[in-house]
Amino acid sequence: MSDHSISLTINGRPVTATVEGRHSLGDFLRTGAGLTGVHLGCEHGVCGACTVLVDGRAVRSCLMLAVQADGADVITVEGLSGPDGSLHPVQQAMRDEDALQCGFCTPGIIMTFSALAATSPAPSEDETIAALSGHVCRCTGYQGIRRVARKLAAAGAEDRA
Amino acid sequence: MKPAPFDFFAPTSVEEACAILADLGNAAAVLAGGQTLMPLLNLRMSQPLAIVDINRIAELRGVRLSADTVRIGSTTRQRDALNDASLAAALPAFNRALSHVGHYQTRNRGTIGGSVALGEPAAEMPATAVALDAMIEARSVRGTRTIAARDFYLGPYMTALEPDEILTGISYPTWPERHLVLFREVAQRPGDFALVGFVGALAVEDGRIARVGIAWLGMGPTPIAARQAEQALLGCPVGQVNARAVAELAIADTSPFDDRHASAHYRRSVGLRIFEQGLRDTLEIRNLAA
Repeated sequence: MSDHSISLTINGRPVTATVEGRHSLGDFLRTGAGLTGVHLGCEHGVCGACTVLVDGRAVRSCLMLAVQADGADVITVEGLSGPDGSLHPVQQAMRDEDALQCGFCTPGIIMTFSALAATSPAPSEDETIAALSGHVCRCTGYQGIRRVARKLAAAGAEDRA
Repeated sequence: MKPAPFDFFAPTSVEEACAILADLGNAAAVLAGGQTLMPLLNLRMSQPLAIVDINRIAELRGVRLSADTVRIGSTTRQRDALNDASLAAALPAFNRALSHVGHYQTRNRGTIGGSVALGEPAAEMPATAVALDAMIEARSVRGTRTIAARDFYLGPYMTALEPDEILTGISYPTWPERHLVLFREVAQRPGDFALVGFVGALAVEDGRIARVGIAWLGMGPTPIAARQAEQALLGCPVGQVNARAVAELAIADTSPFDDRHASAHYRRSVGLRIFEQGLRDTLEIRNLAA
């Protein structure tokens, strides 16, 4: 019933839009900002496919309202690769470890990993794998994803050493 | 799978939020972390005419430690509370329980007050508030009041909070520096709702249990204070605690029900075992440290 004007940063670019109060952040990113890398798997907060970064934190975009992101800094999977198309280390690791098949859950997992990779002090392997409990994958059986988690945790440990 | 239309408000003060709730009462829902309310909205299981987002109210955020009390502002994010080192030092039982709440992603938005206010019978934060004798602050246009956690939970998802009240903070009494933590939880997967669990704290003085607070999760329509077990433990020399007998007393206060995740029988059997083991392990740690 209420419409709201919001201004936020998405993948480094300022965006202004008008949204309904009930418009979810996930829907707004997909239809308002054209970022269909944000996947809506369940829309009730259990699958993790819709995960994006809001002010550096991995959140389920289906459980936030677009209006709540007014003033926020949002990053989606589209914002991770370099301007020349080069892959973010997390994306590269997912590719190297064959950690995706259909790819539906993948952007969400990548966003969780990217948040962890940017966390200081670097999370342990246990913490990294524990963060995966918020994601569901129907295709891979998770082993490739777990290899990525261990790889990223090891890289983080190296940086710490 | 989209919410029904509503009017959205994002007040920047508690007064403003209370005024809106006074106006709208049951037609409005308070939105904090959204990890519970948003699924209900998305599935249209809840269709409020208005949403009052309290995330922009600065005074509701933050942890304040004093000599006697730890006060947690209701919109403090679970993740921030979990990473707060001085909070972990002051209330290790709270920190331990909080690490089992939801998932990494839900803790980034979910709030302490949201979980306490929801009153999910199998949740860790309500049980922790009961175990640690927390005081819950509620505010409305009619004023401020505090409600003891042990009086707060009336039934599943039913609390003493009035429709026009906002939970503004939760205050926990502090414990002696070297006190002990009691915690066990059984869940099918990490992050799932507990099937059965308990949380508590215990302080030893001159070899006797001087202070104890324990509550169950998933063992009834609300968190359940293990009063008989607490009474049995108080004053008991640490070396003379009969963990099995105390566990039986702890179970005696519960009223678990059958649901699709576990039967009442399962909950009682497993509860008995984990309580006995948990109590023994905690006291043995203490004996090793002494």
